[in-house]
Amino acid sequence: MKLTLGLAAALVAGVLMAPATGWAQQKVKMGVSIPAATHGWAGGLNWHAQQAKAKLEKQYPTLEVVLVTARDVGRQANDLEDLVSVRNIDALVILPFESAPMTDPVRAVKQAGKFVTVVDRGLTDPSIQDLYVAGNNPEMGKVSAQYIKQKLGGKGDIVVLRGIPTVIDNQRVDAFQEEIKGSQIKVLGMQYANWNRDDGYKVMQDFLSRFPKIDAVWAQDDDIALGVIEAVKQAGREKEMFILGGAGMKDMIKRVMDKDPLVPADVLYPPGMIAEAMEITAKHLVEKAPIKKEYIIEATLVTPENASKYYYPDSPF
Amino acid sequence: MTQSSMPELARKPSAGFDLKLWGPFLALAGLIVLGTLVNPVFLSPANLANVLTRTAFTGIIAVGATFVITTGGIDLSVGSLAAFTAGVMIVVMNALVGPMGAGWPVVLVGMLVAVGLGLVAGLVNGLLVTKGRIEAFIVTLGTMGIFRSLVTYLADGGTLSLNSGMRAVYRPVYYGGLFGIPTPVWVFAAVALIGAVILYRTRFGRYCAAIGSNDEVARYSAIDVDRVRLLAFVLQGLCVAIAVVLYVPRLGSASATTGVLWELEAIAAVIIGGTMLKGGHGRIWGTVVGAVMLTLIDNILNLTGAISVYLNGAIQGAIIIVAVLLQRGTASKR
Repeated sequence: MKLTLGLAAALVAGVLMAPATGWAQQKVKMGVSIPAATHGWAGGLNWHAQQAKAKLEKQYPTLEVVLVTARDVGRQANDLEDLVSVRNIDALVILPFESAPMTDPVRAVKQAGKFVTVVDRGLTDPSIQDLYVAGNNPEMGKVSAQYIKQKLGGKGDIVVLRGIPTVIDNQRVDAFQEEIKGSQIKVLGMQYANWNRDDGYKVMQDFLSRFPKIDAVWAQDDDIALGVIEAVKQAGREKEMFILGGAGMKDMIKRVMDKDPLVPADVLYPPGMIAEAMEITAKHLVEKAPIKKEYIIEATLVTPENASKYYYPDSPF
Repeated sequence: MTQSSMPELARKPSAGFDLKLWGPFLALAGLIVLGTLVNPVFLSPANLANVLTRTAFTGIIAVGATFVITTGGIDLSVGSLAAFTAGVMIVVMNALVGPMGAGWPVVLVGMLVAVGLGLVAGLVNGLLVTKGRIEAFIVTLGTMGIFRSLVTYLADGGTLSLNSGMRAVYRPVYYGGLFGIPTPVWVFAAVALIGAVILYRTRFGRYCAAIGSNDEVARYSAIDVDRVRLLAFVLQGLCVAIAVVLYVPRLGSASATTGVLWELEAIAAVIIGGTMLKGGHGRIWGTVVGAVMLTLIDNILNLTGAISVYLNGAIQGAIIIVAVLLQRGTASKR
């Protein structure tokens, strides 16, 4: 019964919405291409994408979401070819591995007449995309710098743990350094910790050996921050400094909520943005709802006052 | 070891000592001097303890890798296996906290599970290589992908975290110590010592070298080549399990990024230590030194601000090549 109802709905909707696509195509297909869950944030990304797929397919019976994950740029480019030629998608939602190398493959999808939504990492040619949904990396660096500046009263010694050498990391760090310019905050050391707990732990251990006084740590990412916390605890120097991570991992939001003095705040860079991009695209595809061309998700500062709003206990991230 | 290096010494008595044998130790001494010059903090007991404790994971795995490589094999799956074992261990312990309560019995069960899994994984790798007649490189490349995917699946793409009550119980295994020396360092030393005894003083150890040297001759000498190879992989699996038992209490978590590239670190440590990649020559103490050197390079780079962080990889690569060049330079003149 349920099946026939769904089928009927699909047929009706198909007739109503797309006479151009004809009878052969009863469903609207949305391809979603994202990086595989190779680190915590990407894990969150995958979880939110799967949740959104389930929710949207239930909400719009005519919609089929094809979710593919890739481990590197080359595989993602292959995925796009398959989505267009084999899966025959009508729209693409993509979170590119890297901006420059993915620009031409996405252009090819656009030229095949598909609707293109780009998430998080902008292409080098923005005219390709129909819709852009993104977090704001420079803003994230800036908000982090402002918080550290304010919390330290404009004066102090800090260390910075960077992510993986990429455009994202550079944008964050450049904006951060721009913002602390002119203050008396001194960056003692900066090292890559690859958005990884183990590396965060190791790099922080060495920073602790190297510098007898550290007032604050900008870890930039919550996975790194968790490693940093362990290193600081092991050295017994919790009282000396505070740690600012970023992303919005549930463990870190929980610490902020519980007023952990070591983790007084967090800066959001939510992996849930993929779900938002999928929802907007699906709405446009199925209901032909008008859309803005750009949605920028702000880098919100999470403090004990607003933390409960950003706490997702069920997410793996 | 003395037996195998004897002919070399006899051939060039003027050399005084065997650079091939002592090369890794010289390189290590050089790095220690460099580290002290870069930053005096380097020699502080706290820093040295950090470095040795960190080395324990890849070091223990590298001891196992020494056996596999000595027999002429290779195991690329160790990093992924470590991640998978850590994941399963955490899931099992979390599940047992309810019925058994947070305490040492749960930790012991977790450890047994880890060891069991390590042995089984080693057995699977070994059987595929010996009975399946597939090159070790391909077998372990395959299992590397399988274990990595399994841990990602287990963690739903995110991170598996140990129950906080359990963490408090288990924590001393990594952070505690005896006579001021952290537990992982003791375990590392014990594993290396046992490894050295097995490789140098037992029949099995000599068979490993004989097979790596020439497996046909070994077969004609009535050595059960397949059995020895299989055992080498099982030993490797056991070493991975021991490393995981020490790793889990550190951050209490496992994810898709756990143990990434450990296989290459372990292989690099083995080769820096003077073991031949093509097999036939195994050096446990060299491996230990190689593993320590790899962590030292990272540590020294973190202790100085003089070198651009973008160049870290280049410095590491250069030091590894120079270290191996040191010992091979004389070997090629023979």
